[in-house]
Amino acid sequence: MTYEERLQHVSVLGAAGKMGSGILLLTAVEMADLSLKAGNKGKTFVLNAIDVSDEGLAGVMRYLKAQILKIAEKKVHALRAMYAEHHDLIDNDEIIARYIFDVMNVVRPTTRLEAAYDSNLVFEAIKEDSALKIRIFSQINQNNPKQPWFFTNTSSIPITVLDEGAGLGGRIIGFHFYNPPAVQKLVEVIRSKQTLDEVNDFALAYAKNLRKVVVPARDIAGFIGNGHFMRDILYAVDVIHKLMDMGMSITEAIYAVNKVTQEFLVRPMGIFQLIDYVGVDVCGFIMFVMNPFTKDEEIHSKLLDKLLGQGVKGGQYSDGSQKDGILKYEKGKIVAVYDPLKEMYIPVSEIQSLVDEKLGAMPAAPAWKSVVGNKAKDDILKPYFAQLRSATSAGAEIAREYVRKSNEIGWRLVANGVAFNDADVNTVLLTGFFHAYGPINEYLD
Amino acid sequence: MKKLRRKVYMVAGYNTISMGSGRKEFHPKKERPGLEDYIKEAGQGVLKLIGGAGNVDECVIGNFMASRFNRQANLAAFFPYIDEGLRYKPATRVEGACGSGGLALISGIKSILAETAEVVLAIGFEVQNTVKAIYCADFLAPAGWAANRKDGHAYFFPGQFSERAGAYFEKFGRETTRKAFARWYRNAIENARLCATAQEYHNTTKDLEAAAMVEPNPKAFLENLTALDCSKVSDGASAIAIMSEEGLKRCGIPVSDAIEVVGYGQVEEDITKPPPDKTALTTMKKAVSEALESAGITIAQVATAEVHDCFTVAGIMAVEALGLAASGKGPEFVLEGNTARDGKFPINTTGGLVGWGHPTGGTGVHMAVTLLEQLKGKAGASQVVIPVDRPYGLMANMGGDDKTLVAIVFKA
Repeated sequence: MTYEERLQHVSVLGAAGKMGSGILLLTAVEMADLSLKAGNKGKTFVLNAIDVSDEGLAGVMRYLKAQILKIAEKKVHALRAMYAEHHDLIDNDEIIARYIFDVMNVVRPTTRLEAAYDSNLVFEAIKEDSALKIRIFSQINQNNPKQPWFFTNTSSIPITVLDEGAGLGGRIIGFHFYNPPAVQKLVEVIRSKQTLDEVNDFALAYAKNLRKVVVPARDIAGFIGNGHFMRDILYAVDVIHKLMDMGMSITEAIYAVNKVTQEFLVRPMGIFQLIDYVGVDVCGFIMFVMNPFTKDEEIHSKLLDKLLGQGVKGGQYSDGSQKDGILKYEKGKIVAVYDPLKEMYIPVSEIQSLVDEKLGAMPAAPAWKSVVGNKAKDDILKPYFAQLRSATSAGAEIAREYVRKSNEIGWRLVANGVAFNDADVNTVLLTGFFHAYGPINEYLD
Repeated sequence: MKKLRRKVYMVAGYNTISMGSGRKEFHPKKERPGLEDYIKEAGQGVLKLIGGAGNVDECVIGNFMASRFNRQANLAAFFPYIDEGLRYKPATRVEGACGSGGLALISGIKSILAETAEVVLAIGFEVQNTVKAIYCADFLAPAGWAANRKDGHAYFFPGQFSERAGAYFEKFGRETTRKAFARWYRNAIENARLCATAQEYHNTTKDLEAAAMVEPNPKAFLENLTALDCSKVSDGASAIAIMSEEGLKRCGIPVSDAIEVVGYGQVEEDITKPPPDKTALTTMKKAVSEALESAGITIAQVATAEVHDCFTVAGIMAVEALGLAASGKGPEFVLEGNTARDGKFPINTTGGLVGWGHPTGGTGVHMAVTLLEQLKGKAGASQVVIPVDRPYGLMANMGGDDKTLVAIVFKA
């Protein structure tokens, strides 16, 4: 089966979800572009958008329309060439409208899993629950005579567990998009013990056509992205306890660690804001999935459990704005910090100056925005970290330890065989997390 | 062309702000004034200076594509909206793509010459930020031959002038020409920074020529031009009064406040044909020579010009069409500093289309308003020196790819 034939019949499971809708969009565009190739006239391309929620599917169709419009406007020059033979399509707006129709026209929204029984390829972006995934993969596999391939978006479950559990014989690969898939360039590709070479080849070709940056990771729970992120969270929680031992209140400590990780580590957001962005519940769930697979290491946070028990969840509204979580937001700005002891938010204004005083004098950190994407960023980062290295304040000490810990988490991922090399770890953090520099670096040496 | 049979003047000019990207107050997603607001502001601006609507005999409005940008036609009927005193007065809408403003002026001049009017209120406008640039390209494409649209560039007009730039590069050399584009851009922005209504008034780029020298990216936009080589998408209106001597008297305006229309050229070229020479604006050249001839002067007697630089390459070719430089020598003429505000022949002293902005149907009228201000020494911070032995100003307004041309010579 050629690349094109493989993509003639595809299903996305969990298509109305945040990841699923993005995967649906990118795949629909890729399939429609194939269908519009001169040699493919008359061939059908079918993409089932499968989800349990009718309401969600209605929403995802609206999302598709809006996103395809944006994509079409960006590539109108190419579209004019693609529709050169359509003499009825003259203006850009006519061509764009037709393209939106042609992309939408490959998508079949449905709540029936049976639709996947005809697919050559199944993308899965459902709940991070290995038993559920195995059950659904088995069901499709047993009823689909085409020996379909399964592309799972799991960010934490070992692919081999799914492969063996569902009896897929290597017709599966981890294809982990970052959130949101339409925007994020990174994809982690993870082979199970048995993943067939042709599945891997297809995955790489597909990623290339989607203009994604591929980082291969070994099949160890959490892979590279969450392998770093979850341990980064656990370290942040450790630091909170340390700061509390030194006399800070819990909200002061959360605020301090968030501030240090954002400003003084030159990251796009602080660690607790990132947890809120991903969802406190999602982070907790990823840890729960990873923990059984990590020997000699406890991937589990009592603090996250406690927060979740109190209904502190974070995540985003459907328009992409941030829900309140560990931090409270107004127009994207952090205005308060949740106190799990008092079960209420404490305004930042009551914490800020106290924390700044306790952190002490800090070297002036460059703004993340001015560094990320800057070709000469070493010229900014090196002198900054040199200052940080010699600064004597408590805050500088926390920042230095944090940089070293992130570094350690990074090289351990390589040492433990999760990542193939240092560069892959750094690429994941640079591309998938928009860090301004990779965790494996020599800035403090 | 013969000398004008009657004296014609222009006076009381008014420009709205040229609104669009680049202006601090512009936000594409925020609500903005509609076309009626622009027409009203510009019209009332003139009426205030000429003693009110009662003094007006006729009205003319130039606009290119309100039918698509604003879903509005029948534009002459906006005159009574400007002022009730214009109700029941004759009014005409004219269209010649980006030359619509110039046609409005010519229409007014002819009414004065025909003695059907002593005072004409002429307005030109376009309100284009109603759609994204990619759809704006659709709306502006009919300035060219519709049969060519299907095979044309997504950005149809920029595509046509990119082809012209490519032809010019090939014939006369790329490096010097691109440097001249960059200088043209710099002059445009530096002039715009001196004019509060200009779209680039707030531009703070330090090294303008370096910014303009960035290589074009054909994948993202055009083969031979960058975004900085192009005039922007603009909302704006300009208005001016066209009068006979009797009209000036009626309005109580001394002749010394007005500029005289001493010659004009109005020329059309076949829209269905490609340009005879991609490296020259042959129709503009014809219109300019007719205008100078009817004025009985040569270009050497002109102090300043407003030319239709919808693209930097059009600016360079306009320099040649005016007769300031020989074919292929426009770039050097510009690079020598001659067209800068302190040069021997300042061009587009408030920024032109690249710097002031290009509300397409309004541009011709804006040119006349700028020349009125310059020739009367009322251009404020934008003022250039008008030598006493060269008391003339020239405008060349173009519709489409060198198809509809209006050139007018004014005397201080």
